[in-house]
Amino acid sequence: MADAKVIPFDDDRSRGSGTGGASGGAVPPPARRRGTGGRRPGAAEPAPVREVRPLPVPDTGEPSDAAAAADGGDGGLERRIAGGLAFLRRRLTGEYEVDDFGYDAELTDQVLMSLLRPVYENYFRVEVKGVENIPAEGGALIVANHSGTLPLDGLMMQVAVHDHHPADRHLRLLAADLVFVLPVVNELARKLGHTLACAEDAERLLAQGELVGVMPEGFKGIGKPFGERYKLQRFGRGGFVSTALRQGAPIIPCSIVGAEEIYPMIGNSKTLARLLGFPYFPLTPTFPWLGPLGAVPLPTKWTIQFGEPIPTDGYAPEAAEDPMLMFNLTDQVREQIQHTLYKLLVQRRSVFF
Amino acid sequence: MGKVVLVTGVARQLGGRFVRRVQRDPDVDRVVGVDVVPPEHHLGGAEFVQADIRQSAIGRVLAETGADTVVHLDVTGTPLVSGSRTSVKETNVIGTMQLLGACQKSPTVRRLVVKSSTNVYGSAPRDPAVCTETTTPKSLPSGGFAKDAVEVEGYVRGFARRRPDVAVTVLRFANILGPDAGTPLASYLALPVLPTVFGYDPRLQFVHEDDVLEVLRISSHEPRRGTLNSGTFNIAGDGVLLLSQCSRRLGRPTVPLPLPAVTWAGSLVRTLGMTDFSPEQIRLLTHGRVVDTTQMRETLGFRPQYTTAGAFADFARSRGAGLLPPEALAGAVDRIAELSRRSSGHLPTQSAN
Repeated sequence: MADAKVIPFDDDRSRGSGTGGASGGAVPPPARRRGTGGRRPGAAEPAPVREVRPLPVPDTGEPSDAAAAADGGDGGLERRIAGGLAFLRRRLTGEYEVDDFGYDAELTDQVLMSLLRPVYENYFRVEVKGVENIPAEGGALIVANHSGTLPLDGLMMQVAVHDHHPADRHLRLLAADLVFVLPVVNELARKLGHTLACAEDAERLLAQGELVGVMPEGFKGIGKPFGERYKLQRFGRGGFVSTALRQGAPIIPCSIVGAEEIYPMIGNSKTLARLLGFPYFPLTPTFPWLGPLGAVPLPTKWTIQFGEPIPTDGYAPEAAEDPMLMFNLTDQVREQIQHTLYKLLVQRRSVFF
Repeated sequence: MGKVVLVTGVARQLGGRFVRRVQRDPDVDRVVGVDVVPPEHHLGGAEFVQADIRQSAIGRVLAETGADTVVHLDVTGTPLVSGSRTSVKETNVIGTMQLLGACQKSPTVRRLVVKSSTNVYGSAPRDPAVCTETTTPKSLPSGGFAKDAVEVEGYVRGFARRRPDVAVTVLRFANILGPDAGTPLASYLALPVLPTVFGYDPRLQFVHEDDVLEVLRISSHEPRRGTLNSGTFNIAGDGVLLLSQCSRRLGRPTVPLPLPAVTWAGSLVRTLGMTDFSPEQIRLLTHGRVVDTTQMRETLGFRPQYTTAGAFADFARSRGAGLLPPEALAGAVDRIAELSRRSSGHLPTQSAN
């Protein structure tokens, strides 16, 4: 049995309810920032104590817990080491859980999110608006625009929900089949909780009460040339609407500004794309001319705005089969996203700041 | 009047165990075991008839015994005694055809139970993450046992159409594990070092042998009140294990190899006839497969005793320690934790001095 020194603290919960109350519409303060440690060596205040994640290990009831909690810095460090070791122990012995989709909540929270967070906070400096539009519980479908040649916008949206939502919600993204063909990428995607963008998986996740993220533009959106930036492409066949209708899950439109400029795609090498089996092969001012250096995205300033939810539970069960309603709802979602995109673009001071 | 149960494939461990188990049921009068070779294990006093189900002799056996329940377990991926893949395929497909033909002519048969496998769903990155009984796979299995299972199920469906008075149950088992299961996956997991496909971490589901016997028993009797035991059912334990988790829980290190190398090595091993490392198994170990078991719970009314992790733990116990036993790794981490605690425990006293 692990006699690891892990102290369950209710710190997280109290903070969660605090931000939950402040739903004024302004940017809520970062509700959750989790890391295994070493993320900010400069912070000498009790900040590191708060960064340690409560681990689901039975309370060993050691008296040293109280002592450790009493003296700030040392206790925090000790706890962090203990927490890290308990994590390591579980990882090494395989005693952790994944769900049916392969989502590894522990790995996502403790490692993968900590890797994405610097990109999110320091590189793209993402500003999140309207996170209170995401319901605290139950299934919901977040529909976002897609851009940027590489699907970094999806990952950033996931970090945004993870770090800012007061109710500890995890975004389950629906990804293109190409993601699940590529080695390494598919493994990471599954562990991050992504799954194939198909009606079966989306419906199953929504039925489980999960928050599902979808980018219906697909490759048309992510692989569009730079000249067409912020022009929404066709929203597939609107399958996401019928899925949401069937589950009665609200649709939350989401607009992401900033992702369009990370890799300005000025050309598309169709021959190379066909050769590699990709839907497009981007040519940017730097890629592939500068080699791997050219693959570094431009440090644009991002804004992610979650819009007002569009309820779908008021429709009759057969509504999901009504193509007219489907097109109308799809257009409504699409227009709302496009409208918000223009509004955010007007408000934006510059691409990089 | 009691039932007469005819069981095929009794020379295998699973068939033998099922015969011994079903004999103890009070309403079973007589159990007849059929196989090509006499079983090495005892059948608990059940009759054994040496017959090849690929020959029409099986019809005579069926007529002479007057069996009312036929349990067809002779659908397997591995040869019984140093046979070739061709003979396995013949037993699976021609054997099933002969048996079904005999059943069709028999006036006494009331119930048919066929052992199939979740292999029929194939394993592809473009399939939904969780397969239900009605999921049609994007790419049908191209060969090997999976194709046999698809064909067997096709013939069984045809039989069910022609004899609507016979209750037909098809049980699609996930990977069967247990202390003495001799499935290809079990022999793979018994390797000292597990070759894996680089960049893929497949999701696997297991079902314990005891649960297999129990569900076979349930489906070979009259349905209990409120349940229905004819139809097609996925049978798997709850939950999912990743291959990486399996290897860590077994304490067997993995060697990730690129996919082309694995495919090539698999065909080499196959030509040398060392072990059945078939392409469909490589696909399973690349993309994994998870099935939905709602029908098993709600319609068939069966709740497995072992979860996926539980079945795997039972299997791991029977196999002995690997090269990197999880207990040793956990002990090492605990020792480090102990050290760090002791050193930090001294810290306050030093500062007090």
